Amino acid sequence: MNTLKSPFFWIILVALGGFSLLPIVSGSTALREDMFLILMLMILASSINIIMGYTGYVSFGHIVFFGLGGYIGFFLMQEFQVHFMLAALVGGIGASLIAFLIGMPVLRLRGAYFALATIGINEAFRAFFTNFDLLGGSVGMFFNFAVYDAYGGAKNAGQLAYYAMVVLVLVTVATSFLIKKSKFGLGLMAIREDQDAAMVLGVNPARFKVITYTISAFFPAVAGAIFFFKNGLIEPGPAFELHRSIEALVMVMLGGYGTVTGPIVGAIVYERLRGFLITDPTLSNAHLVIAGFMLLLIVLFMTAGVIGWVRQRVPALRRYLE
Amino acid sequence: MNLEGLIASSIDGLMLGFVFGLMAMGLTLIFGVMKVINLGHGPFIVMGMFAILVMSQLGINPYIGLVIVILLGLITGVIVYFVAVHRVINAPELTTLLATFSVNMMLIGALTILFSTSPRGLDLELPSFRAGAVTVLGTRLVAVLVAIVVTIALYAFLYRTHTGKSIRAVANNRGAAELMGINSTWILALSFGIGTMLAMISGGLLATLFSFTVLSGAGLETKSFVIVVLGGLGNPTGALIGGIVIGLLESITTIFMPVSWVPVFEFVIFVLILLFRPTGLLGAR
Repeated sequence: MNTLKSPFFWIILVALGGFSLLPIVSGSTALREDMFLILMLMILASSINIIMGYTGYVSFGHIVFFGLGGYIGFFLMQEFQVHFMLAALVGGIGASLIAFLIGMPVLRLRGAYFALATIGINEAFRAFFTNFDLLGGSVGMFFNFAVYDAYGGAKNAGQLAYYAMVVLVLVTVATSFLIKKSKFGLGLMAIREDQDAAMVLGVNPARFKVITYTISAFFPAVAGAIFFFKNGLIEPGPAFELHRSIEALVMVMLGGYGTVTGPIVGAIVYERLRGFLITDPTLSNAHLVIAGFMLLLIVLFMTAGVIGWVRQRVPALRRYLE
Repeated sequence: MNLEGLIASSIDGLMLGFVFGLMAMGLTLIFGVMKVINLGHGPFIVMGMFAILVMSQLGINPYIGLVIVILLGLITGVIVYFVAVHRVINAPELTTLLATFSVNMMLIGALTILFSTSPRGLDLELPSFRAGAVTVLGTRLVAVLVAIVVTIALYAFLYRTHTGKSIRAVANNRGAAELMGINSTWILALSFGIGTMLAMISGGLLATLFSFTVLSGAGLETKSFVIVVLGGLGNPTGALIGGIVIGLLESITTIFMPVSWVPVFEFVIFVLILLFRPTGLLGAR
């Protein structure tokens, strides 16, 4: 495990950990709410980056795992009073299992066909949960407040959810880093560049891709369970919101496709920018137009994203900045 | 279950299916020619709706307005192609997906500023036709006729004119078409324009049938994906047939089950077809 000796691995984790402790130190609830969302988006973007950035498979409907994890976790907490950490873990494992089963056939598709299939899967699950009355149907499920009593009230539960999200983001980024620097990760990147050539070199693409898809489903699912635990309400619309997974793709592109720190930077920049545009009275109406325009500029002129650009410009950093 | 109800809803579904087919043809044409999945398809449909709405508010008959929509669609498509697609036409699919998605964001944003997201509808009265228990709304009949005329015109254009043949040549093999002296840049731009135009015409027709909002495009866009995959990506005839299948499915299944279950089946079928018959129901071309 040479990666564990790499200083940059620890620098990222310490910086990220320090960054996430900001709202705890300052004691600002508003900042904590903002940060909670940013951390969640980092998890989503980093997970998508594992399957998309390293392996080259554009998982457009990746938000499906966020929703599935959310639903599994929520159901366990609401019906069986399972502790939320355990429920989130079970949600993650359940979604990974579903990803494993879906992944085996779907990952045979390439390029645009795969992207379309993931959209279809997300929409199918959303339509299913809208109709499935056992899990609340179209109105969804909500906690009675007794659920939060076990955690010392809603306020404490919010605090707890934040800590859980911080731990999860660290685990996600560490996993992303370890995958990228491992032999397994090299195999994934070989698949991304040329699947047939990778096969000739002894990489088993089918197995590599399914494992990667399963891993990348786990983190958004746990994040979903934590998010909806804090939310106290889960509905099919917000749980399987296609728009959100496209936004996460945008974050990956913004920060740098296939880099470890790219999705982190992308999530911060995108979310800060959106917050700024929405709160500014003259720009709030035009925020979609401006965000779309910026995305277009990135896609057309800065394909490598922020981190990729820095790597290109400062060769000395290439050895360290992942 | 009564037979008359079945016939009535079949006719309804068939007619709606033609309009859906026209809508999906725009998406499939663009994919067939340049292998780009146009995520701006939904907003284009919505643009067609609001173009008709604005014109009817100005006192122009919606069906005459469609002629203007044709021009507007062509121009919009060509502009969008040169602004957002041309530079990344040979890039991996993620890039073109995101480029067209950025167009989606900008258009939806601009339309929201102009029209807000409240529901709109056209005030359009046409005589309806009755035969026994079956009533056919006049607006639907006209919409189907327009859809059929546009389809025939599209085929005549693609198979009978020099430009249309160039489009098919570029779709088949861009490199070879260029060697034959075809200016592929203009052909690609024109194809994107035609695809956009088809989306906008279908939007205009849908506006005469249903109420709509700026956000109606998202649902119609995913519906177009389903139809296109059903008929085979890049195959316009397939899109038309796929549209009719979906139209029939949506109207007939509602007799047996609640409407809200229909999308579940649609998307499951969608994924299954991608997996087992990626060339669509019609098979490889």
